Amino acid sequence: MRSMKASTIGRNTESLSFRQGVMDCVPTLLGYWSIGFAAGVIEATAGLSLLEIGLLSLFLYAGSAQFIVAGMMAAGAPVMSVVATVFFVNLRHLLMSAALAPKFAACSPWKNLLIGSQLTDETFGVAAGRLTGTERHADRWMFGLNMTAHINWIAANLTGALAGGWIADPKRYGLDFALPAMFVGLAAMIVMQRKQYKKDLPVIACAAAGFALAFQWLPGYAAVMAAAVLAAIAGAVAER
Amino acid sequence: MTVGREFLWILIGTALVPLLPRALPLMLVNRLKLPGYVMKFLRHIPLALMSALAVQAVWTEGERWISPGDNLQWLAFFPALLAAVFTRSLLLTVIAGVAAAALLAMV
Repeated sequence: MRSMKASTIGRNTESLSFRQGVMDCVPTLLGYWSIGFAAGVIEATAGLSLLEIGLLSLFLYAGSAQFIVAGMMAAGAPVMSVVATVFFVNLRHLLMSAALAPKFAACSPWKNLLIGSQLTDETFGVAAGRLTGTERHADRWMFGLNMTAHINWIAANLTGALAGGWIADPKRYGLDFALPAMFVGLAAMIVMQRKQYKKDLPVIACAAAGFALAFQWLPGYAAVMAAAVLAAIAGAVAER
Repeated sequence: MTVGREFLWILIGTALVPLLPRALPLMLVNRLKLPGYVMKFLRHIPLALMSALAVQAVWTEGERWISPGDNLQWLAFFPALLAAVFTRSLLLTVIAGVAAAALLAMV
């Protein structure tokens, strides 16, 4: 992690590579595997074939959304309601995509379409903590990160579908804490990279309080969005 | 190895519709000249989102809060945070969290 100072003094010309993106993805893989494996088990239980699970992981490529598709299909929900639910659950990507955009200002719209189509909570967190927007070849780095995450996600789903039946409760090995620990780590990395504690710690407090409040009335995915918007507005207002 | 007809429509719908929020801002934000306060707002989004996602992942299960007295797993939050602050490594943070959760599962 470089300090903010390095990027504000003059032009930083750090050059990134596909390979570095692959390496920076490694810490997130346990999280992808624990969730992807669980998703594969549930998708198989919901009656999806191995090919269907592979296609879903390739084209939908979103953890919570795939759980929802499996659950709603098993419950016989109509197509339109599944699509609408997935749209709302994934709407937080709108914020991530907009927040990442300035870092890929030099890329063509088609390249950004591909980068956006592979956007996940985890890859977004890694990119937000790593990229300052001044690096050369940030797109190559992002593709390395995204492709590694995507391939592991598909593999984890398929493995879960095949092996789910005869593996013991993953909770016993603490694996279901891989994802929470990763979000904690990603938030901490962003704070430590920015080094603006007086601005950032209140944003965390607002996000936590906002989530606790919104979760009283809203489903989890909507409470996350509401809390993030609230905390980011609070952060922006405090800067004036 | 079959692909159902209804599944195919769900696949097409759920692959294409969420693509709009995922990719459109990346494609458009740089072409529009956004006012300063919007950029300030966007600069706080990464931390705000990760914090909210962390709270959700650590303290809720399904659509409910966990009961912190019965389910001790959330205590793994502390070793994970300490690992993040002191090692500055995402990998060690995840390993610390998982190891602590595994220990707590034995309690």
